[in-house]
Amino acid sequence: MATAVGSLSQPEDRSKIWEWMTTVDHKKIAALYGVTGFTFFLFAGIQALLIRTQLAVPNGTVLDADLYNQLFTTHALTMIFLAIMPLGASFFNYFIPLQIGARDVAFPRLNALGYWTFLVGGVMLTSSFFLGGAPDGGWFAYAPLTSTEYAPGKNLDFYTVSLLILGISSLMGALNFAVTIINMRAPGMLMMRLPVYMWMTLVVAFLLILSLPIITVALIQLYFDRNFSTHFFSPEAGGDPILWQHIFWLFGHPEVYVLILPSMGIVSEVLPVMSRKPLFGYSAIVFAGAAIGVLGFAVWAHHMFTTGLGTVPLIVFSASTMAIGVPTGIKIFNWLGTMWGGNIRFTTATYFAVSFIALFTIGGISGVMHASPAVDGQHQDSYFVVAHLHYVLFGGAIMGIFAGIFYWFPKMTGRFLDERMGKFTFWALFVGQNLTFFPMHFLGLAGMPRRIYTYDEGLGWETWNLVATGGSYIIALGVLVFLINFFKTMRQAPTAGDNPWDGGTLEWATSSPPPEHNFDVVPEVRDRDPLWYNRDHGIAAAPKPEHLHIHLPPPSYIPLVVAMGVALLGIGALSHIGVSVLGVAVIVYGVWAWALEPTE
Amino acid sequence: MGRSGPRRMIAIVLSLVITAVTVWLMYIAFVDSADTPQTTYQAMSDNAQLAQDVYTIIFILAGAVMAGVIALTLAFSFIYRERPGQQALQIHGNSKLELLWTLLPVLIVAAMAVPTFNAIAVITGDAPEDSLEVKAVGYQWWFQFQYPELGVVTASDLHLPVDRPILVKLESKDVIHSFWVPQLSGKVDMVPGHTNQLWFTPNTVGEFMGQCAEFCGLSHANMRFRVFVHTQEDFDAWVQSQLAEAATPEEGLAAAGAQQFTMSGCIGCHTVRGNALAMGVIGPELTHFGSRTRLAGGMVENTEVELRRWLKNPPAMKPGSIMPNLNLTDEQIDSLVAYLYSLQ
Ligand code: HEC
Ligand SMILES: [Cu+2]
Ligand SMILES: [Cu+2]
Repeated sequence: MATAVGSLSQPEDRSKIWEWMTTVDHKKIAALYGVTGFTFFLFAGIQALLIRTQLAVPNGTVLDADLYNQLFTTHALTMIFLAIMPLGASFFNYFIPLQIGARDVAFPRLNALGYWTFLVGGVMLTSSFFLGGAPDGGWFAYAPLTSTEYAPGKNLDFYTVSLLILGISSLMGALNFAVTIINMRAPGMLMMRLPVYMWMTLVVAFLLILSLPIITVALIQLYFDRNFSTHFFSPEAGGDPILWQHIFWLFGHPEVYVLILPSMGIVSEVLPVMSRKPLFGYSAIVFAGAAIGVLGFAVWAHHMFTTGLGTVPLIVFSASTMAIGVPTGIKIFNWLGTMWGGNIRFTTATYFAVSFIALFTIGGISGVMHASPAVDGQHQDSYFVVAHLHYVLFGGAIMGIFAGIFYWFPKMTGRFLDERMGKFTFWALFVGQNLTFFPMHFLGLAGMPRRIYTYDEGLGWETWNLVATGGSYIIALGVLVFLINFFKTMRQAPTAGDNPWDGGTLEWATSSPPPEHNFDVVPEVRDRDPLWYNRDHGIAAAPKPEHLHIHLPPPSYIPLVVAMGVALLGIGALSHIGVSVLGVAVIVYGVWAWALEPTE
Repeated sequence: MGRSGPRRMIAIVLSLVITAVTVWLMYIAFVDSADTPQTTYQAMSDNAQLAQDVYTIIFILAGAVMAGVIALTLAFSFIYRERPGQQALQIHGNSKLELLWTLLPVLIVAAMAVPTFNAIAVITGDAPEDSLEVKAVGYQWWFQFQYPELGVVTASDLHLPVDRPILVKLESKDVIHSFWVPQLSGKVDMVPGHTNQLWFTPNTVGEFMGQCAEFCGLSHANMRFRVFVHTQEDFDAWVQSQLAEAATPEEGLAAAGAQQFTMSGCIGCHTVRGNALAMGVIGPELTHFGSRTRLAGGMVENTEVELRRWLKNPPAMKPGSIMPNLNLTDEQIDSLVAYLYSLQ
């Protein structure tokens, strides 16, 4: 048995819970991210069902205006920051070291701190429901509706404080991922041999590193406006609410790519393996991804076309936004090119990946439509935009995540998810989301604004709202079957083997699930698809060495301590300064212990 | 082999049929939704038409791209589904193809951009000299309309003459709202501390629906308005009627209502020109309240039943309403209703 040195240096009888709380193993942290993220995904889904139930018929009475506003705000916040981003982080964590042939991420303890800080932020945001009211100003929180004058409760302080904490968490993750990918690649793994998924991860990491500081500034300004009577955004004292919009979207638009690029990466892994041929146009896909990342910082004002920007800015931002359609189009064609001429195995993962192409295209093309300010005058803040963003985030991001789950589940657990139930889930999600979100285009066309808790009859909105609500329940059914599938599968014996799909990237070179140290021998990389290269050139895997002397970092409880300090700091920001001071003390102690902790 | 022969033909035909049916269904639903009361696709002004023409071009291009990708995805899924004996082509790319599908999006995007920029230059350009200026002010949660040149102030119903350019200056008294009458103009936000504007020339007499399109708090959903486009004569007549001051009723229930209006503190928030005490500016001007079609920020029709419901308890009818529950008795409401409807 291969036993890592690190895991021996701890008492054998440590409890399971303590093991999870102190782990610095990237695969365990990935599991924590995954389970927590999926739980929040279910929670945000329930919020969505409540919203759809309220809107099923005109003048609905299921929710009142106040609760509705809290729900649509937290639905977005939860899906974005507590579900899609952490599910992305879960895959990043698990597969960065495995795909680049490393034993762990560059900063294992920082990685653990990232998770615990995320948990603190997530719990804090969600707890607002039980502590006087959740944020209710939309996830974009436009000033001055967020000032104490119009939002006197604590709702928006929960928003600023928990998003600040979540931002810190993502920033730590992003730095860690970027450093890992750049510095810890296996011998022979040149940048242009990185799996596309790694490239997309790298782009996402840089998007986060560059955009999170921006929103951090905005959130602190908002917190100061609300708590210390500054006037960054209050018009009556010389501040400017439009300033908030610029800062928010300067972060907000790159954030969209943070959500979608990981799924583009997953699809770029699944399609070639299932088609049994290399990715079509690797370099083009990589450069297109990077171009999207760069252009993503030059388009923010397309969210502000109706704020009175003036003719020239409208034209400039319209042009830059339309320009993003070009690299996006290149990607779509290259995925199709990957299918072309293949011998495609239609597993559940393939279904999700293939449907991603069509669904994401619909979301992408409607995005290019309202890149035209003339059209956007009608689309902006109408249900057309709701349709658009859900095609990108559900048809795109979520379908991609499910493709990833079905594709990598055998690697992560050694078990195949049940294919029959998997296909049921696929069809339920596919049909359900098209029923839910496609009609929203028609509602937008019929002039239905977003973020309204009620609407009158007689406007021609009844039918499509009812259809949309029906669709959302079908989605819920699909997710339910997935959960059953998961729990059933986890009870079965692991039979998947190392490389069940005949994949070409390094994660398939080790056992399923991988040992704590990932690879007995770090593989040598000779091609973009190293395992296929070895297969085709008859290169056998290196023999397993007799003795493994692999140093792994020991578990540490210190990240947990620091995260507790962050929690206290946040709680103090919402209650009493004294608690914050205590939090800072805990953080200082934690960082000090961190620096001195022995790593043997 | 699945890549050639009849199977391939069947796959292609099937993909095209599925795509065609999908697109056809979408088209039917599109046409159907374009024919609704608050439609964004039945322009009734010059600038809305300009935007709609761009929309049409973009919609056709977008539809074509969508249909193309759906058809290709389906066809490849059918044709290249795994089959015994079939081998996957081991290729890494194709420079010619890749160049082609880099140029294709460039062309499509250019075809969208050129008409867009032309339209934008007109729509966001200066309004014609002879425009009628209207100032629209957003309040939580109702629209006030002022006609500075005519000296008229009203709420929730906007009256305009046909075939005359209208310059709408947009302001807000509290948070950000957005002025949107889909058939007459794309939306432009009303931002506190800024004055935005839009202009258009209505070309058809009729009634058009408007609604606030920027989330503005609890009753955002209930912040609506109507636009009435009249012939010039009808518009002039309407202006004349609005210029008159309200006469204070001398006898009957309405007279009691007028007194009640003072006693209940309504005067502190509402203006009634002709009633020297009623000079409040927090709520809508009520000088000609009786002639308005909509009540409570366009939320409901202005009928006696709804007005009673409103006066009984405004926040119960409209969440968050700035007009508080004044705990009026039924008799007080009787008299107030009589008074308010005397304000024609
Ligand atoms: C604190 C200020 C305040 C007081 C006092 C007040 N109102 Fe109002 N009123 C408002 C506001 C604000 C609105 C607009 C509410 C909305 O549509 O959201 C309004 C709306 C109305 C409307 C509907 C106007 C329209 O065009 O939609 C009527 C009628 C009305 N008030 C009558 C009264 C009467 C009668 C009284 C006295 C019994 C009264 N108000 C007292 C603030 C006030
Ligand atoms: Cu954007
Ligand atoms: Cu509004």
